[in-house]
Amino acid sequence: MNLSREWLNEYTQIAASDKEYCDAMTMSGSKVEGYEVIGEDIRNVVVGRVTEIVRHPDSDHMWVCQVDVGGTTLQIVTGAQNVRQGDLVPAALDGSTLPGGVEIHTGTLRGQRSEGMLCSLKELGLEQRDFPYAIEDGIFILQEDCAPGDDIRDVCGLRDSVVEFEITNNRPDCLSVRGLARESAATFHTPLTLPVPHVKGGAGDIRDMLSVEILDGELCPRYSAKMVRNIRIAPSPKWMRRRLRASGVRPINNIVDITNYVMLEYGQPMHAFDYACLHDGKIVVRQAREGEVLRTLDGNDRAITPDMLVIADAVGPVGLAGVMGGFNSEITDETTTIVFESANFSGPSIRHTAISLGMRTDASSRFEKGLDIQGTIPAVDRACELVELLGAGDVMDGTIDVLGKAIENTTIELRPEKINALLGTDIPEDFMVGTLRELGFGVEGRTITVPSWREDCKLSADIAEEVARFWGYDRIASTDTRGAAVQGGYSPLQLFRQKLGEVCRAMGYTEVITYSFTSPSGWDKIRLSADSPLRDAYTILNPLGEDTSVMRTTSLPSMLGVLATNLNHRNMASRLYEMATVYRKTGEVLADERPVLTLGAYGDGADFYGVKGAVEALLRAARTPDVRFTADRNEPAYHPGRCAAVWSGDRRVGTVGQIHPDVCRTFGLDELTFCAELDSVVLWELRGEEAVYTPLPRFPAVTRDIAVVCDTAVTVGALTECIRSAGAEELREVRLFDVYAGKGIPEGKKSVAFSLTLRSDDSTLTDERAQSDVDRILSALRERLGAVIR
Amino acid sequence: MKEMLEALRDASRQAIDAAADMDVLEALRIRYLGKKGELTAILKQMGRLSAEERPVIGQLANQIRAEMESELDSRKAALAARLQELRLNAETLDVTIPGKEVRLGKKHVLNTVLDEVTDIFTGMGFSIAEGPEIELSLYDFDRLNIPENHTVREWTDTFYITEDEKVHLRCQTSPMQVRVMEAMKPPIRILAPGRVYRKDEIDATHSPMFHQIEGLVIDRGITMGDLKGTLNTLMQRIYGPDTVTRFRPHHFPFTEPSCEMDLQCFECHGAGCRVCKGEGWIEILGAGMVHPKVLEMSGIDPEIYSGFAFGIGLERLAMRRFQISDLRLLYENDIRFLSQF
Repeated sequence: MNLSREWLNEYTQIAASDKEYCDAMTMSGSKVEGYEVIGEDIRNVVVGRVTEIVRHPDSDHMWVCQVDVGGTTLQIVTGAQNVRQGDLVPAALDGSTLPGGVEIHTGTLRGQRSEGMLCSLKELGLEQRDFPYAIEDGIFILQEDCAPGDDIRDVCGLRDSVVEFEITNNRPDCLSVRGLARESAATFHTPLTLPVPHVKGGAGDIRDMLSVEILDGELCPRYSAKMVRNIRIAPSPKWMRRRLRASGVRPINNIVDITNYVMLEYGQPMHAFDYACLHDGKIVVRQAREGEVLRTLDGNDRAITPDMLVIADAVGPVGLAGVMGGFNSEITDETTTIVFESANFSGPSIRHTAISLGMRTDASSRFEKGLDIQGTIPAVDRACELVELLGAGDVMDGTIDVLGKAIENTTIELRPEKINALLGTDIPEDFMVGTLRELGFGVEGRTITVPSWREDCKLSADIAEEVARFWGYDRIASTDTRGAAVQGGYSPLQLFRQKLGEVCRAMGYTEVITYSFTSPSGWDKIRLSADSPLRDAYTILNPLGEDTSVMRTTSLPSMLGVLATNLNHRNMASRLYEMATVYRKTGEVLADERPVLTLGAYGDGADFYGVKGAVEALLRAARTPDVRFTADRNEPAYHPGRCAAVWSGDRRVGTVGQIHPDVCRTFGLDELTFCAELDSVVLWELRGEEAVYTPLPRFPAVTRDIAVVCDTAVTVGALTECIRSAGAEELREVRLFDVYAGKGIPEGKKSVAFSLTLRSDDSTLTDERAQSDVDRILSALRERLGAVIR
Repeated sequence: MKEMLEALRDASRQAIDAAADMDVLEALRIRYLGKKGELTAILKQMGRLSAEERPVIGQLANQIRAEMESELDSRKAALAARLQELRLNAETLDVTIPGKEVRLGKKHVLNTVLDEVTDIFTGMGFSIAEGPEIELSLYDFDRLNIPENHTVREWTDTFYITEDEKVHLRCQTSPMQVRVMEAMKPPIRILAPGRVYRKDEIDATHSPMFHQIEGLVIDRGITMGDLKGTLNTLMQRIYGPDTVTRFRPHHFPFTEPSCEMDLQCFECHGAGCRVCKGEGWIEILGAGMVHPKVLEMSGIDPEIYSGFAFGIGLERLAMRRFQISDLRLLYENDIRFLSQF
């Protein structure tokens, strides 16, 4: 909402500077977005009278003028052809400025001194609509009541400030000059004068010509109308055009301008339509009928449906209620008699109609917020008062006013103690009553009557806000919250997840955050099969674009995307992690939202065992019991020979592996890219007990290294498992230290070397006992896996 | 014999002092004190001495032996010290050569700031609550007193999952207020951070997914002064003790009275500059006293309890804190950006 301060001053005189005014309004709840000083960039431009004009001696199109600029006469050269002796013109003097940062200085034009410039409309930032008598190409010949030397800003109405307010949804009453005047007066405690319109009438009685019927009182609580005969379409006067322009509305003609002017002044949208187009002089406000079509003012045919409210005559719809008038009832040059409609419509209904037809209008956006049911009559009276003032037609007597439903007054009990208790203040009751009255509330004893335009006020808390914002939020003292002590902190699950993050960072992995929505093409890029359950995702019905249209079911495409971004930016190595929520269907309405700890790595010697080592460290930190890794050839995104399923007992915890070369190619990644996915929810569920102290060993350990030769296909996992289960009582630890194939080892075989730690808890281990354990291990390896000592 | 002994003492003293390394020193020890050494050789002639002379010479010989041993020891120590000194000199490193790189990972800057905030609030007795991002309109709209015709419900504003508008991506963390009130009784002190979604195109200051931090306090006698106190504490902890805030009236359907909190511009201290677009203030969060209807709908009696709630935009907080000029950087995840914080 743009407010002209010149217009505002008609209702309440506020002397504050623009900055002071804006700050105070912001602090009392009418947020100012900014302000513009009109004519700010015009300096030193005055009215001049052309006392003499002669042809330029050395030019066939220029003229040399002597211009009286109020006491002194200057010589100014102009190239315009419409200047005559005696004309009043805008003269930009030496050192003056014009819109667009233009500066005018004394100079010489083809040998003739020119001490300024005569200005056109455009050079003053004006349009022909502002001054219809002026021509567009040429000097602006003033027909205003002015004298040489007058500041052009005063003459052209270029002295005003326009303040832009951000009006919140709950205050449609402030989408009007009068509403903001009320707020301004209460903010600055200035007297407020809101005149009541007075209509003379005399052109016959409206009731002889028009009848109105409301068929749906819920959707149309009130319909008021007045009529004007003998319409005389003309431009509206300068003051009205100026205020409209300041408010951001283009002047059209007197009747249209009046409807816009009243909408700005009162906040009540008005509609004017041609009476001649109304069959039988009858208006019916009803829901549209199946199959009805309405051509709206913008010339489009609209298929309207029964959930929309229309203004109809005896035959069919003539307007879309609260949104736009009908093409057939538009005011034209032939129009002689008009109806001014000033109605109240249900907000949700108007909003629904406007949205479904894709036609948000100035009127509909006001109606949808819910307007003052008592606002229809003053607005239509004001429109007719303006018609009479402008001589735009002859107003008929009487007003048609149909109520669709009874008007109810809201009353609220004034509870000063409760208000102070809520705010933490000690505001006197007198102040509360005074503020409420300034805002138009009625206060009798402790009963508050809410004005009809303040539908947002229903409860004591609403009154508390009215009081607080004029008392000043800044006067409410900051306090420490009292009350019962509450045990705060992080939950064990939150701490668990934090710990996983810490471990990742300690291992050199950096955290990333990616979007939770993704593109369905990501599933193809990671080679998910067509029937993969991961393709069954929550889909956004109105996404910004395909790229962000489904909620991710796997974190892998996000991680691969980030790795690719980094590679593209020539970051030679990356170690990244994300606690990435995925959203999976469960059969319930809401998703199973689970954070998947996702690792990604490339460059700087990244390899399978490096990432696997990170996974192992995480599982230790998570105290995951009974961890196993098994080869998994079926994860489509991973290299079939370099991918492991991660297990805790028989529960799948996640996956680790090298990314499939095809996947790397689609993402633009190097082949040596590695990822891991660990389900943090499963890890949390399976987490082991808190650690309990185990006594440190009292007796020394014996270390024995063994190397065995076995078939290539026998895995280290199988060998280790065999060693562990061989029955060696004193075996404490098995550590792989070498896997070798090649020279000295037969084809199809490999040598695997382990370091065994043996220790007894009750005595120093003798060589014989150690050797018997090692023998037991070697024979198990030989018998079960055909692995023989090298 | 006495003269011989004394001559030996003088000779050995000179020789030991002159010994340049351990080998020479050891040779000297053998030469003077060894079984076939010079001192032993002299002592072997003791038998020729008279009974009176023998103890005198014997005592002298022992004294000289002790002196020689001590001289050898101290010379040995001196040589060892010098050797060590030489070795240490030889081992001198260029300490300006960089250390072996230890690569620590970094927390994402958003989580760095979030953790800062949650730490401050857990210190004030708040717990951290989490809830679904794919949310019911019941929680995100209806029970928050958001009217049917509110713009936030529009398909141009909110991402919908179901045609009947009952499920959507939450557009705020405020549904956590309702979920918390449903799950627990006052006193309540909850902070609920999380992702939220709005249909904004991606640019330097907008993102269709961003993060909010919701706060909710409900108890007997909670006031708007408490709301101000809590948020002022937060801002001073994050931005320093000189931080200036202002609270101005605003409107949210689920709070009454409602407010927005602005921070005084760091750049111009309120005078108005390019950073704050001439306003002198930077909008930072929305807050208010929990609307009595919201309390009622969640089964809390507004005549007994009151409370405040607030919602902070995490991105804005982090960007201001670290002077990050473009929001897209936060989600691009370039490691050169991430490792700066």
